[in-house]
Amino acid sequence: MSNIPSNLKYTKEHEWVRLEGDLAYVGITDYAQDTLGEIVYVELPPVGESYAAEEEIANVESVKAASAIYNPISGTVAEVNEELDGSPDLINEDSYANHLYILKEFYLDDYELLLDGEAYGEYLKTLE
Amino acid sequence: MTPYIPHTAHEREQMLKAIGVASIEELFSSIPKELHLKGELPIAAGLSEEEVFQHLKELANLNQRKVSFLGMGSYERIIPAAVQSIASLPAFVTAYTPYQGEISQGLLQAIFEYQSMICNLTSLDVANASLYDGHTAASEAAIIMLASKRKSTTILVSETLHPFTLEVLKTWAFGTETIIKIIPEKERTFSTDDIEEYLTGEVAGLIVQSPNRYGFIEDYTGLAEKVHANNALLTISSDPLSLVFQKSQGEWGGDIAIGDTQPLGLVSAFGGPSCGYIAVSEALMRKIPGRVVGETVDRDGERAFVLTLQAREQHIKRGRATSNICSNQALAALTTAIYIALVGEAGMVEVANQSYDKAHYLANKLQTIEGVELNNSAPFWCEFPLTFTSPEVLEKALKALSKAGIFGGVRLYPLTHREEDKATMVVAVTEKRTIKELNLYYETVKGVVA
Amino acid sequence: MKRKLLFELSQEGRRGYKFPASDVPSCEKLPQHLQRQTSPILPELSELDVVRHYSALASLSFGVDLGAYPLGSCTMKYNPKLHNYVAALEGFANIHPLQDEKSVQGALEVIYKTTESLSAITGMAWGTLQPLAGAHGEYVGLKIIRAYHTSRGEDHRNKVIVPISAHGTNPASASMVGYSIVEVATNAKGLVDIEALKELLDDDIAAIMLTNPNTLGLFEEDIAEIATLVHGCGALLYYDGANLNAVLGISRPGDMGFDVVHLNLHKTFATPHGGGGPGSGPVLVKEALRPYLPTPDVVLTEEGYCWDWDRELSIGKVSGFWGNFLVYLKAYAYILTMGREGLKEASIHALLNANYMLSRLRGHFNVPYQERCMHEFVISVHDFKERYGVSALDFAKALQDYGYHPPTVYFPLIVSEALMFEPTESESKETLDGLIEALIELGELAKTDGDRLKEAPLTRPIKRIDEARAAKNPILRWKPKE
Repeated sequence: MSNIPSNLKYTKEHEWVRLEGDLAYVGITDYAQDTLGEIVYVELPPVGESYAAEEEIANVESVKAASAIYNPISGTVAEVNEELDGSPDLINEDSYANHLYILKEFYLDDYELLLDGEAYGEYLKTLE
Repeated sequence: MTPYIPHTAHEREQMLKAIGVASIEELFSSIPKELHLKGELPIAAGLSEEEVFQHLKELANLNQRKVSFLGMGSYERIIPAAVQSIASLPAFVTAYTPYQGEISQGLLQAIFEYQSMICNLTSLDVANASLYDGHTAASEAAIIMLASKRKSTTILVSETLHPFTLEVLKTWAFGTETIIKIIPEKERTFSTDDIEEYLTGEVAGLIVQSPNRYGFIEDYTGLAEKVHANNALLTISSDPLSLVFQKSQGEWGGDIAIGDTQPLGLVSAFGGPSCGYIAVSEALMRKIPGRVVGETVDRDGERAFVLTLQAREQHIKRGRATSNICSNQALAALTTAIYIALVGEAGMVEVANQSYDKAHYLANKLQTIEGVELNNSAPFWCEFPLTFTSPEVLEKALKALSKAGIFGGVRLYPLTHREEDKATMVVAVTEKRTIKELNLYYETVKGVVA
Repeated sequence: MKRKLLFELSQEGRRGYKFPASDVPSCEKLPQHLQRQTSPILPELSELDVVRHYSALASLSFGVDLGAYPLGSCTMKYNPKLHNYVAALEGFANIHPLQDEKSVQGALEVIYKTTESLSAITGMAWGTLQPLAGAHGEYVGLKIIRAYHTSRGEDHRNKVIVPISAHGTNPASASMVGYSIVEVATNAKGLVDIEALKELLDDDIAAIMLTNPNTLGLFEEDIAEIATLVHGCGALLYYDGANLNAVLGISRPGDMGFDVVHLNLHKTFATPHGGGGPGSGPVLVKEALRPYLPTPDVVLTEEGYCWDWDRELSIGKVSGFWGNFLVYLKAYAYILTMGREGLKEASIHALLNANYMLSRLRGHFNVPYQERCMHEFVISVHDFKERYGVSALDFAKALQDYGYHPPTVYFPLIVSEALMFEPTESESKETLDGLIEALIELGELAKTDGDRLKEAPLTRPIKRIDEARAAKNPILRWKPKE
């Protein structure tokens, strides 16, 4: 059973978003990291670039598979998680504590449209 | 008896019993009756090995072999006997892709060695285990370039690329959002002079080829800088044998190197199989398509090799792959590596020099004939374009050469469909040609044209 | 056991091959700025060095010639030695692709007759041999479908339906052609769910990509209905020929209703896999799609065989020359040898072998789908993983210790801890018995001594490989020690 914290919002592409003031933290869910297996590399976007919602923004690679990450909400990259550079498997350890990147100047409207924990959980059930 | 199927009637019986069915037909019961083929396949009955061999030998004999001056992407070169011997070892030939590393260490190491050789020849950092051929490699390079620049849509290509490479790129781009923009040639070569005009925001990169399709060596001085200034990438396609002779792609500042390894140990084979190579700079490592062999260790700390960076082949959201290339040309890449191992740099340099000298010997003699032109004084390696006063004279020359037992050259017009190419052919001279053959060529053409 | 790399065996000044001396004068070479600047470091070896090195590498590899290779979906059947002889004939090996037509009539006949035979075998009208591999063939087949719809003003069709059990290249090929993927569910029997399919069919659908039998080794019994439904909404059916070895001479994709078929000659038609290529992925089509086939085609006229470049609706060129000639030449030799009755025998015995294995393994392993299979089957070791911590990967590695190549693992994705076996018709009953007994023994060992599997292979020169390390810190070439 995968972990789905209730204070986050989710996408069907298995990303999560957490708001902290005027910043939005983005990462991948427990389901995603489990399906990927041991993560060996993360390609993160350049700081300062703006991305629309659903635009491909990053890449997460494991031994067996690669996953493109689609930006859940429009915004500008404020920071990327540099710890992932040497230790990409931090995501496997805790995919919610280890975000991928942080957005600023994001569209709140996009955030409202995301799935809540329950809806994401329901969605995961349909994948089994 | 059916060839290659070992079962006896008795064994079939035992097996059917173990399965729990009365007859073979029951095994196909899940196929609806209407879909069962009525009668037999509409092809001939099977033949014995001897009959098949004799028939195919007859067909082979219908194909003519002459002294060849044909090039344009496929070259007749001297291939050491040991190449075929080694490349025919059953454990290599009858193996599948080495997904299970422990049982395939030999093959994996051989491919790792091939990758290393390609890196050294191209002066770039990462090579893959091969692509289908040098022409499709261009579309793989385009994919990398587009993926490396946000919102880019356009790939610039020099008109001097092999005509079939241009065709393959066109086909690949059709129906997608990618635009292939051709930069016209200048006197049958690529000029860096006006390149800035073409380097706009939507341009992801440029593909050039040297030696180009006419055989000319192109000068890329300053090109990489200009391309990079536009935040784009540079792909250079080169005959890999030429890389011991001319400046390599990495030395030019190129980001991606592609080409076809047929000249390194592979027979012409009517065009296939061949082997495409691709090498990239370190920064592009994770974007390289297809299979890559990497070094690692096993449980006991012993050096081992394994297919790695396999993420390219499979995605969680599998429709997102930008390249679908799954396999490579392993045995052809292996053959190339064997050739390089046998002849070494010294051998490759010798071959490259001989080809150069022989081609220039012939070209110089031919140019003394009035009505025979080379079009350009640009440097060339072992291939050059020859233009006659009219298409009729070209045909007369080719006919006379054919009669003398020579395939004189490849007609350009059928490949490019350009008016200015109607009286031109491209002539390739490799180390395999002798001075006797070169002189005969010259005498024959002189006899026709003069 | 560590085998040195060619670079590590290199001895400065050593040479392996003597070329004939040049008989023309040497002339001035390229201007300096166009010359190669620094020497490429390549190994310097003698001929014997090279022969020994590769012979050692061969002994550290595994092929069908050495033992059973039951990789599901790969059809690792025996590669007849005749084919190597044929491919080495001067008149095939050493002809140039751009020679005049009149001088290559034999080669053109091979192309023509092979295309003709493959069309007859699959129940299609005509095809192309230009695609250089199965995945390439998929791409070409989808391009043809796209060109077809575009020419009929139906370019709005931008989706392709793929079952969730499909091979990874199917969706990848589709997206390369600009299509987006819609997945259709399978039912409890492992077949395409017709009701689910009906929901998805609208006029945005360009095609459905299927393999039949499917990746679980099961025949899509409702294929006729699927064809009617898909054609009914104006879309086309695409056949992934990976599993054709199950139905040769029994049922043909053309008769099932497919419009485009791609084949894998290195699977069904016995051409060698070569360690991962070169293969060949011909594409066959129904009459309506013929005009879109790649250029050039080969036609038979009064003057003999000719190239046909004059094809207005063609999708163009898809590879450098005419496909992997020496590969489809071997397939042609295979077709001539087996003939109409032999190809059917191949499928019959492929099914016999797979079902025999399945029936004997059933009591010992979990079989997720029905009673019988076609040419391949899937077992799941999910319960071994849960109870004893032994995974599908562990079983695969342990099988190496018995002298067999492992089956396919973790595919199809919809079966947990999957092992997919395709023995092919080449294997004898006693080889199968050996493989079956090895698996049963491993099943028992997993319960009592799981480590034997988890640490396998134990008897190979190289033990369990650290794949994660290779991906984390890629070392992709040899570098001289500083």
